[in-house]
Amino acid sequence: MTAEPEIVLEARNITKRFPGVVANENVSLKLHRGEVLALLGENGAGKTTLMNILYGLYHQDSGEVLIRGEPVRISSPSESIKRGIGMVHQHFMLVPVFTVAENIILGAETGNGPFLDLKVARQRIRELSRQYHLDVDPDAYVKDLSVGQQQRVEIIKALYRNADILILDEPTAVLTPQETEELFAIIRSLTARGASVIFISHKLKEALAIADRIMVLRRGRVVGETTPREATERSLAEMMVGRSVMLEVEKGEAHPGAPVLTLENVTVLDDRGQQVVNGVSLEVHAGEILGIAGVQGNGQTELVEAITGLRPVHSGRVRINGRDVTNASPRRISETGCAHVPEDRQEDGLVLTYTVADNLVLNTYYTPPFAHGIVRDDRAILDHANRLIERYDVRTPGALTLVSALSGGNKQKVIIARELSREVRLLIAAQPTRGIDVGSIEFIHQQIIAERDRGAAVLLVSAELDEIMALSDRIAVMYHGRIVATLPAASATREELGLLMAGAQPVNAASELATDGHEPVNVQRRGV
Amino acid sequence: MQITDTLARPSAARIPWVTIGVWGGLAILVLVAYLRAPQATTAVLTSTIRQSTPIILGALAGIMCERSGVINIGIEGMMLISAFLGFLFNVWTGDLLLATMGALLVGAAVGAFHAVMSITLKVDQIIAGTVINILAVGLTGYFYQQGLTTRGKLAPVSIPVLADIPIIGPVFFSNPPITYASLILIVVIHVILFRTAWGLRTRAVGEHPAAADTVGIAVNRVRYINVIIGGMLAGLAGGFLTLESVGSFERNMTNGRGFVSLAVMIFGKWTPFGAWGGSLLFGFANALQSQIQFLKNQLPPWLAWIGDLPPQFIGMLPYVLTIAVLAGFVGRARPPAAIGKVYEKE
Ligand SMILES: Nc1ncnc2c1ncn2[C@@H]1O[C@H](COP(=O)(O)OP(=O)(O)O)[C@@H](O)[C@H]1O
Ligand SMILES: [Mg+2]
Repeated sequence: MTAEPEIVLEARNITKRFPGVVANENVSLKLHRGEVLALLGENGAGKTTLMNILYGLYHQDSGEVLIRGEPVRISSPSESIKRGIGMVHQHFMLVPVFTVAENIILGAETGNGPFLDLKVARQRIRELSRQYHLDVDPDAYVKDLSVGQQQRVEIIKALYRNADILILDEPTAVLTPQETEELFAIIRSLTARGASVIFISHKLKEALAIADRIMVLRRGRVVGETTPREATERSLAEMMVGRSVMLEVEKGEAHPGAPVLTLENVTVLDDRGQQVVNGVSLEVHAGEILGIAGVQGNGQTELVEAITGLRPVHSGRVRINGRDVTNASPRRISETGCAHVPEDRQEDGLVLTYTVADNLVLNTYYTPPFAHGIVRDDRAILDHANRLIERYDVRTPGALTLVSALSGGNKQKVIIARELSREVRLLIAAQPTRGIDVGSIEFIHQQIIAERDRGAAVLLVSAELDEIMALSDRIAVMYHGRIVATLPAASATREELGLLMAGAQPVNAASELATDGHEPVNVQRRGV
Repeated sequence: MQITDTLARPSAARIPWVTIGVWGGLAILVLVAYLRAPQATTAVLTSTIRQSTPIILGALAGIMCERSGVINIGIEGMMLISAFLGFLFNVWTGDLLLATMGALLVGAAVGAFHAVMSITLKVDQIIAGTVINILAVGLTGYFYQQGLTTRGKLAPVSIPVLADIPIIGPVFFSNPPITYASLILIVVIHVILFRTAWGLRTRAVGEHPAAADTVGIAVNRVRYINVIIGGMLAGLAGGFLTLESVGSFERNMTNGRGFVSLAVMIFGKWTPFGAWGGSLLFGFANALQSQIQFLKNQLPPWLAWIGDLPPQFIGMLPYVLTIAVLAGFVGRARPPAAIGKVYEKE
């Protein structure tokens, strides 16, 4: 038997509790030199917690950590950095108002005495960028960089500290398929030089593509270990969720009707006054789902806010069912039968300090039967809540529980229940399943399709390409505030969409023709 | 949803034409005034520097705290306690240098108290600061005895040759020690914040403590040290009042200067030189106000009406000016992103 590569990092029986949850229970893990270990698990499975323990940000309640065979107590990140561990966090740890170089040297400053010397640092950063093809300008401000670039800064930050054990926590969540490929190339060049990588994800395809070994975590426990050769997407999904799951969304054919939402040359400004939606025109018809694909930050957020009245429309027209609702109040827009599932459920979707019942009437509390004049009817509100909790399978101790106590998936179900509990003619769903469990995702997808089949027009915005492809009847790709192409979902491929999302021109003119059989054919080609 | 203005550093790349214009204009104005009334002009300018000294020291105190993410509205109280105890040290020891050290130490202690409350005990930082302000008024008022006498106050030291330059000499080069110290500290703190590793860490901790933590920086330690340094600066401001400016203690003698310091800190966008500009403005308004009351009878006829205003109105001038300036400028200032938030890891 040939000797196995050295074990560079080992965790033994790690247990970590938070008030009310066991985030890690008896978790053990081994990482060999030069390998990529993928850690798979749903949101809340405990992946980040485990990594934070290895990195010294959290401390385990029990269990031990060994680095290169030596038991260590990692009491702080400075300890783990010293021992060659680097971590790219799920939410980047960069100071937006600092430059790239300042962020990279922070905590590992070089200079003469107490004074900073950025020259040496810039030099090293340039070398590292060249060596690993991590292209960034050391003097750019981080706030001006794209997420992909910020991620490169994070990787350089770890390499700058000579890390040879690299933890990447959900690194692909914010990337286009092409950027993901680039990241994989970087990971491969790192392991080729002897570095070891822990790659965290909840995307099965990625784990299969990049890993040497795959470990699956569920509810804080290791439920299995496998290799890409032995595993399939289905087997991994079942391990992750603990039961068999539908990977495909079942949906029948669309029967599109008249246009419900019409946008004509809409432009929108962001908070800094920059035009981030540049003349978008589109139509969403009754009985169809139009998906907007695009990398986050290409104007989708602002577009949705403008349609729903949360942000001024700078120019252009928004019509719902033929009525002009440009710059109308959110309530007026809501009363046209427009349901809105906002992108940020904590900030915009719910009042976290209110009960589930009150959250369920946020859009109707002022109308009978919930209000008589200025007096609210608690009885009616409670009955309504209990009905919806039952119908939408919201897991909550009760209708009078504070909504902040629910899990992400159940919070989202509360929003869906509220928005769909009235007659809906237009459903606008932004990132409807971001960060929630597979069970809730299935349920929400079914609800969206049911709305479509009931004859509502659905505008779906999602950064998850798989979700867009699974649900949409037509797909519009948004790039730099423009719709660069609209394709029928049936014939769109990942590669094509990925290229369009990255700003490439549509290659094949035929692929642009929306052939879903109704007039007018919505073909757009912009940004020439 | 935040306005990402250039808070983190004074814009170095672009030539600050506006600043050059404003200061150039002021210089010309001063020259004209000097040619017409040399004595009054010199007096106003000297007084401007003196009046601005406690303000800039207080603002520097605020900058150190807030750049590291801790709100400090207790500067007023820190000044008052240090002024009081500094004065008592002077009474007991008769040594002004020791008394100044004492004021610094008292400031450090009150700073440490603020740090314990707002960092370790996680008391709301506005409340912690308010507690200090209320305690300061109460304690100093209670223990204050009238009739204590001291052996003098810190005297001006003229720097040879430089002190003989017209206008600039008397204004900048024949000041008492704490005033010199405050001018030097503006530069020192600017360099610390923007040119040293410590400054980079301080600003990182104030902007994004989790980022600092993940690269091995002990967030709370950095905050503690900065808040204590801030306390020392406020202590020096207090020492200025009793040991250099007035020479004795009076009840509530800070008279809102700590709050003006905060206003000036915001006006200066949390930068030492910006804050200095604000302090000078306030000092100038104060100087003008006292000169007007002094020169009442010599005003030219078209300004004679000023002499007839009740003195309270003229006394309001510096504060009204502060409010006006703040109302005009503050809209665009962005505080450090993590300000006022306790950093908790788990
Ligand atoms: N700082 C914390 N305080 C309390 N609970 C936490 C904390 N961090 C994580 N948890 C909980 O621990 C569980 C695991 O979370 P996490 O490790 O972030 O999962 P993952 O990264 O796999 O999505 C979740 O139930 C989460 O709510
Ligand atoms: Mg996570």
